Amino acid sequence: MTSNRKGTLRVVGGVWPWLLLATVAALYGLARVKGGFAYGLAAGKNLVDFLLEMASILPPVFLLVGLFDVWIPREVVERYAGRRSGLKAMPWMILLAMLQAGPIYAAFPFAVSLWRKGCSPRNVFIYLGAFSALKIPMLTFEVTFLGWKFSLARTAVSIPVFVILAILMERLLPAQYEPPRREDPSAR
Amino acid sequence: MIFLWIIAGAALVVSLAVDRRKTRLAVIKGSKMLTAVAPLMLGVLAAVSLALAAVSPEMLKQVLAGGGPLPFLMALIIGSIALIPGYVAYPLAGILRQNGASVGVLAAFITTLMMVGVLTLPLEARFFGWRVAWIRNALAFVGALVVALCMTLVLT
Repeated sequence: MTSNRKGTLRVVGGVWPWLLLATVAALYGLARVKGGFAYGLAAGKNLVDFLLEMASILPPVFLLVGLFDVWIPREVVERYAGRRSGLKAMPWMILLAMLQAGPIYAAFPFAVSLWRKGCSPRNVFIYLGAFSALKIPMLTFEVTFLGWKFSLARTAVSIPVFVILAILMERLLPAQYEPPRREDPSAR
Repeated sequence: MIFLWIIAGAALVVSLAVDRRKTRLAVIKGSKMLTAVAPLMLGVLAAVSLALAAVSPEMLKQVLAGGGPLPFLMALIIGSIALIPGYVAYPLAGILRQNGASVGVLAAFITTLMMVGVLTLPLEARFFGWRVAWIRNALAFVGALVVALCMTLVLT
């Protein structure tokens, strides 16, 4: 009974992304055929924009993650960004994140492989924090539309906030916590 | 974005020059990871597309460009749920400011937008596990609130 239910859940889990995609496609198609259906057009346009963004960012990201995985030994990550690396890793994690581009979900793959290679959770979350708040391409947009005062104030306040959050994250997780290995091909 | 392709391309060339077998392994690993998460990503993005289409810039203007605590609260909530790329979000924030949105509201909207992602939770959980995803988003929400309040104090 329970295994049966688990099987059903797995099927639902595998199907819902395609159902949602089909829904957007159907709404867009309907809007094109009937006309005057702004919601369908907008949803379709949003999805196309997202897909273009995904296609322009994810291939190089995953290629770099694969190369990182193969070439960088665990000891190196552990020594420079592990639990005993102290504070010197912090500015480097922030700098690394600032040079990135793209939506936050593009940062997850690299953050996870860092974590698996022995990077401390604190440094992983500092990386994610800096990625979400301090990406240089994003800052240029911010300065253009909201002014340098706004940008400067937000940056100055954000850095201590996400560093403190990262320290809290590390404290809240069990010491031996490791991210799940589901998407890792070597685990299969 | 072009920068990213150049770096990845250069890394690939160097890797190929040094060790072909290792490079092959790296490419296989990377593409397997990508294909493993791609369906979930597509689903999440489809959901976000549907949600975003229901909200027009006009509506945001009406909800966020007033005084008092309500626009601030709404900015926190909308920013947490939505996933809007920076090149759309910042022009939108600029328009909101011209329509009288306060610094606090703009800061709340922008910071939650960047740090908190309710709709992308399934994706985050796929990489880090549900526990990490929930804790990170809850903490990030508090952090965004702190940032927004500090900015209100500093800039007004």
